[in-house]
Amino acid sequence: MSGSFLRNVLLKGLALFLLFDLAFVAVNPGSLGRVSLYNHVFPGRPRFPFGEDPAQSYNLSLSNLDAMFASLVISAAPKPADEFRVLVVGDSSSWGILLRPAETLAGQLESAGLNLCGKTVRVYNLGYPTISLTKDLMVLDYAMRFQPDLIIWPITLEAFPLDSQLTSPIVANNANRVDALIARYQLPLNPADPALVHPSFWDQTLIGQRRSLADLFRLQMYGVLWSATGIDQSYPVDYAHAQTDLVSDVTYHGMQPPTLDESKLAFSVLEAGLRAAGKTPVLLINEPILVSTGKNSDLRYNFYYPRWAYDQWRQMMDQKAASQGWDYLDLWKLVPADQFTNSAIHVTPAGEALVTGSVENTILQQSCP
Amino acid sequence: MTLAYILVFVIIAAALGVATRRRGRLPLLLAISALAVYALQPALPVRGLDFWLPTLTLGLTVLGWVLTTPRQERLWRVNWPGMAILGGIVLVLGLTRYLGISLPLTASNPPQMQEILVFLAILCAAGFLLWRFTKPGKLILSVAFIIVILIFLLLKVPALSNWASQVLRGWNGQSVSLASPLDLRWLGFSYIAFRLLHTFRDRQSGRLPAVSLSEYVVYVIFFPALSAGPIDRIERFIGDLRHPLSLTSEDYGEAGKRLAVGLFKKFVIADTLGLVALNATNATQVHTSGWAWILLYAYAFQIYFDFSGYTDIAIGLGRLLGIKLPENFKAPYLKPNLTQFWNNWHMTLTQWFRTYYFNPVTRALRSGKKKLSITSIVFLTQMSTMVLIGLWHGVSWNFVAWGVWHGLGLFFHNRWSEWTKGRFAMLPMYWQKVLNAGGVLLTFHFVAIGWVFFALPSLSISGQFLQTLAGLK
Repeated sequence: MSGSFLRNVLLKGLALFLLFDLAFVAVNPGSLGRVSLYNHVFPGRPRFPFGEDPAQSYNLSLSNLDAMFASLVISAAPKPADEFRVLVVGDSSSWGILLRPAETLAGQLESAGLNLCGKTVRVYNLGYPTISLTKDLMVLDYAMRFQPDLIIWPITLEAFPLDSQLTSPIVANNANRVDALIARYQLPLNPADPALVHPSFWDQTLIGQRRSLADLFRLQMYGVLWSATGIDQSYPVDYAHAQTDLVSDVTYHGMQPPTLDESKLAFSVLEAGLRAAGKTPVLLINEPILVSTGKNSDLRYNFYYPRWAYDQWRQMMDQKAASQGWDYLDLWKLVPADQFTNSAIHVTPAGEALVTGSVENTILQQSCP
Repeated sequence: MTLAYILVFVIIAAALGVATRRRGRLPLLLAISALAVYALQPALPVRGLDFWLPTLTLGLTVLGWVLTTPRQERLWRVNWPGMAILGGIVLVLGLTRYLGISLPLTASNPPQMQEILVFLAILCAAGFLLWRFTKPGKLILSVAFIIVILIFLLLKVPALSNWASQVLRGWNGQSVSLASPLDLRWLGFSYIAFRLLHTFRDRQSGRLPAVSLSEYVVYVIFFPALSAGPIDRIERFIGDLRHPLSLTSEDYGEAGKRLAVGLFKKFVIADTLGLVALNATNATQVHTSGWAWILLYAYAFQIYFDFSGYTDIAIGLGRLLGIKLPENFKAPYLKPNLTQFWNNWHMTLTQWFRTYYFNPVTRALRSGKKKLSITSIVFLTQMSTMVLIGLWHGVSWNFVAWGVWHGLGLFFHNRWSEWTKGRFAMLPMYWQKVLNAGGVLLTFHFVAIGWVFFALPSLSISGQFLQTLAGLK
């Protein structure tokens, strides 16, 4: 092995690496996420990949929407003719923090074994644990290709403030999708918002994409432990329960009482979601919140909401639902305070059963196409 | 060893290889290896311990040299530079406490300078007394041997480690209730201890070559092999060290290849398999036999690629420094029987045990007054050797079980080989190949099942997992 041989090996290796890097940018394999071992080697997941402690939950958070959908059981096969397909979108309460897949709203509805219009009701969990209507819109827009017959969209006031629409990592890292939604539905959001991550040339190279590619790979690897254990979330024996003693602050996203400024809320994003659903019926649900009885509970309902802001938002929702004919179910006070877990919007399996009971009736009242 | 440290070591090794072709190689290797002892030591919750343990490593090594060196070879004029370098490093690292900035050379802030000076003074006094008044006789080397074994036990027996942690925490005024065996993670001590023991035994048997302090210390704490071996023999190592360094393009090519292969094995294959490999948590969560086997296979390959990857990296780094470290793995999972597996898995450890335990014990049993049958001798020596190798990894019932599993396996293979000797030689080549392939599969699965005891922390979890593997749960 001569010195010139070693030098040539190094130079050729470097040249090949650069060439491959440029080819990667040119081809821009954005659809790489659709290549998945789930539903082929491993069973599809019942909810989106999400996890902040992969070693315990055998799950991880990533931003590649293609890969996230490809890992779901809904991507396993085309919709059968005898299936009445229900999609549940929404935030962490839909996804089911601290709940096993069968204990979530989607899971409990699925277990109910409903039949509608002569078809079997199959319910799919498309919730994702960040609170933003824009995130919900992005998921819903993507999910329309799965031909839903009904969309259940649990919402809460915290998903509405315009100032927090783009801060969710999954939104921020899908700038191209968000840009398209802003343009298509004329949303009052700024495509140049610094929160949105528009990849530079270098970000699109193999080196720039190394984290995303590693996440894709790790998602496939965790398929082994998901299949082996059925675990997709860590369930701590002990956790900090939702706050019931609250601060005396009554501002809400910079807004002062007594008036909640509607122009600072993303009703237009909600309406865009309804438009994106097209002819598919959408059931909007005001999800249950913890109504505290601790310190300062005369000022606030819980960690998230001053009473004045939440009450006004509920009134707005009632009025809009009535005036625009939305199918709307207000379940804000349905679940007793002792059935909340680690957040003012996360409930126990028993709490979720109460929600399921209410939603089940509404589903069965759907008119057949 | 993290990727960052490996890259730093590659740069240092390459620079040393280029810069020290003629002179200065030994002192530079000594300084870098001594610094690496501190830099690689993980942070520990007992205050100051992550400074004291590396300092003890250097101290024990220096005392080990004094004890193994004949009095006429303990020459001050030859060895003072080595002592000055080691003492200087301890003091300079101690002074970094007063810089006000955190350097990556020590895991946490070094202790007060007066404490370091007192410690060095005690060490120097002990060293002087040994230097002045001892010679490397059988008794003192046996005492040194026992002391190293006792330290080893203190680190490896959880109850003793916990007790030691409580004592150290008490001295430091830290909460005794937070004491844990993990408080005493002493980087590379398992390897350092075996190198020291090797020199003690070879001095006793008269095989140890005369070496200077710097050579001895570089052998014991050679930075590429510090944390994961291999365990070289000092006479071979010194031969390379004394050989003038003249690296050829072939050396660079071989070093680069071993480094690239090692990095790929460790950081791509092993770390990926680590995501899904068997561990104490998933062992109790897996619900079917098929998936349990997948987790076990992942562990079996993870441990191989992790360990052999580190060995490749160590060999590559050594090659850049002109030291040809011995191989530790030669495709062990492709061997058709357990005996060959152990001749090719962690080879330097098994050679160590063969040299210093298996062979002497076998000889003693054969020549003993009470005549034992060959079968009994084979059983006793193989079983005890494998249990000791298990205990080297950690003193727990699981490692004993792992040792017993392999001891039994080796014993039965030995008896099987005796019984079948010549019987299969008549078979056509095709059938011999089939038998060989069957042997590879059988051996791999025997080893893989053994890993259950190695990977899991208790016999009850191991038992549960074995039931899942067998489809009994």
